[in-house]
Amino acid sequence: MTLTPLLELRDLRKTYRLPRGRVLRAVDGLSLRVLPGETLGLVGESGCGKSTLGRCMLRLADPSSGQILFEGRDITTLPERRLRALRPRMQMVFQDSSAALNPRRRIGDLLAEPLRVHPAPDGRRRPASVIAARLSELMDLVGLPVQALERYPHEFSGGQRQRINIARALALTPRLVVADEPVSALDVSVQAQIVNLFADLRRELGLTYVFIAHDLAVVRQISSRVAVMYLGAIVELGETDGVLHHPAHPYTTALTAAVPRAVVGHPHAPVLRGDAPSPTAPRTGCRFHARCPQAQARCAQEEPALHTLRPGHAVACHFPLPPGP
Amino acid sequence: MPADPPLLAVRDLCVSFPARGRMVPIVEHVSLDLHAGEIVGLVGESGSGKSVTAMALMGLIDSPGVRVTGSALFRGRELVGMPQRQLRRLRGRDIAMIFQDPMTAFTPVYTIGWQIDEQIRAHEKLSRHAARARTVKLLADMGVPDPAHMAQRYPHQLSGGLRQRAMIAMALSCSPALLIADEPTTALDVTVQAQILELLRRLRGTHGASILLITHDMGVVAQTCARTLVLYSGRMAETGPTEAVFDRPGHPYTAALLDAIPPLYGPRPDRLPAIDGIPPQPADRPAGCAFAPRCGHAHETCLPAPPPPVPIGPGQQAACVLPAEGTPLPPRGPMTECTA
Repeated sequence: MTLTPLLELRDLRKTYRLPRGRVLRAVDGLSLRVLPGETLGLVGESGCGKSTLGRCMLRLADPSSGQILFEGRDITTLPERRLRALRPRMQMVFQDSSAALNPRRRIGDLLAEPLRVHPAPDGRRRPASVIAARLSELMDLVGLPVQALERYPHEFSGGQRQRINIARALALTPRLVVADEPVSALDVSVQAQIVNLFADLRRELGLTYVFIAHDLAVVRQISSRVAVMYLGAIVELGETDGVLHHPAHPYTTALTAAVPRAVVGHPHAPVLRGDAPSPTAPRTGCRFHARCPQAQARCAQEEPALHTLRPGHAVACHFPLPPGP
Repeated sequence: MPADPPLLAVRDLCVSFPARGRMVPIVEHVSLDLHAGEIVGLVGESGSGKSVTAMALMGLIDSPGVRVTGSALFRGRELVGMPQRQLRRLRGRDIAMIFQDPMTAFTPVYTIGWQIDEQIRAHEKLSRHAARARTVKLLADMGVPDPAHMAQRYPHQLSGGLRQRAMIAMALSCSPALLIADEPTTALDVTVQAQILELLRRLRGTHGASILLITHDMGVVAQTCARTLVLYSGRMAETGPTEAVFDRPGHPYTAALLDAIPPLYGPRPDRLPAIDGIPPQPADRPAGCAFAPRCGHAHETCLPAPPPPVPIGPGQQAACVLPAEGTPLPPRGPMTECTA
């Protein structure tokens, strides 16, 4: 791939020190490239580190080691003051649409704030008229009436609030948007509206997304590539349908099989036993071997590295599954 | 369908709450039958009234001024209006409930074993020793590893999946005939959800329990329930055998809800067929069909009054004017989502 990645993570680690000498390895030596214009879906179960990873990507959490490159430039240790100049180009949308909006401020105020805090590309402050024009443009973009600017967050439904959060993330025309479970709190009928909105905005504005979600069907709908995380590491990465329909990692297989499909009479998949082990537990070998139905002796001793299986499909498994029919 | 009388027969259940000087209907005219050994799904989006329905059946709504009308016969006994003292004897012993969040359903200050023992001893004269023996057996039945040791743990020391198994064990401790499960897997990861759904399906055989499963997830319904009742804005939109409801939905809401789910397999649509708008607030429900403002088929006959449920197939009813007007929805067909 000759394209310069918009975002690159190199051997990124984020560890938290807990009482009694325990160490939680939330992100555990992870490397990843996000290419301009793509939507990378990041899936995994709770506690796998996907949210921590999302926060590290934008330096909302500081990694313990490793490198973060944004637009080819190392931002791992960039001081906050200089990072601020980059913030307009990298934004985040959070799961809890109401927690992300100050309940005491009007929508217009909330959306104007980034435009007031950050200078325009010419280095000057934006005049009020420019901000006002941009606000109505944003409302239009996310499908809300301009009158909404005068109202408070509690006057909106969950789906509408998420539209407001998206509008705020887009206020400064970012290149990269990291969305952390942006539709998982929404009902199906509204969820579909917001998923469509994400797709429309990507087409209109040429955005690049990192889309974090636990719902595989939602991720499939929006993503060009998918990364499957387990206990702080990527275990499988590749083109969306390649990964979800022909998984090479036994964990991905179990994860896709466990999704309850809205199809009656679909055979019940064999169930993966047990829970994910604690991310604080010391481990050797493959991080999945204790639950893996295919585990062999080697898996308990030697950690498999993420390696390319076929073009556009990488897996971290000693015994990857053959592609299906 | 079995011919003997249903275990639970709900007719015209209505629940209204007082707000701003008037009664606001939250649940309107819900009827359902649950037969012995059956799993029936109660599906709907947030605010559709599915949890309020369950709470009303359990006699657990005690807000001042609330009005519950209609009938709910459980083994021939009327639950609506039953005095609290009688209800208390029924709850836990004959009808049990499990909730979405086992962390708040257990008290954090006692071990889970203590809490299950307590429930058993509240309903049956048993020694502590005998109660604990049953607790340990129940936990083992629910697939809890090392049950004797787990019983001595506090709720926060268990994973979400184990806590949910412990709560199901507690619910089953007096072998209830009816288990009401309110979003039992919503807080769980998919791999753990699959384990719990498998457990619920198995319970019918091992513990003879009938289950009313409340969920927002059409996938969970498809995998678990023989029959389904779809609620929209506090009213029944559709009810019937799950397969018929999924393959030949009679109500445009059911069809739209199924269409809005992104497919995991098969062709990937460019855009999802979303349903525009949001459900109405209970106080602002339209006089006619509650779904009409979002419905692509809405026309003047939908507007004067809520359409009553009409039979559209064996055991299937839809509260929509289309079938009666001779323009029923086309079938979605089995397996619109094909395997890879």
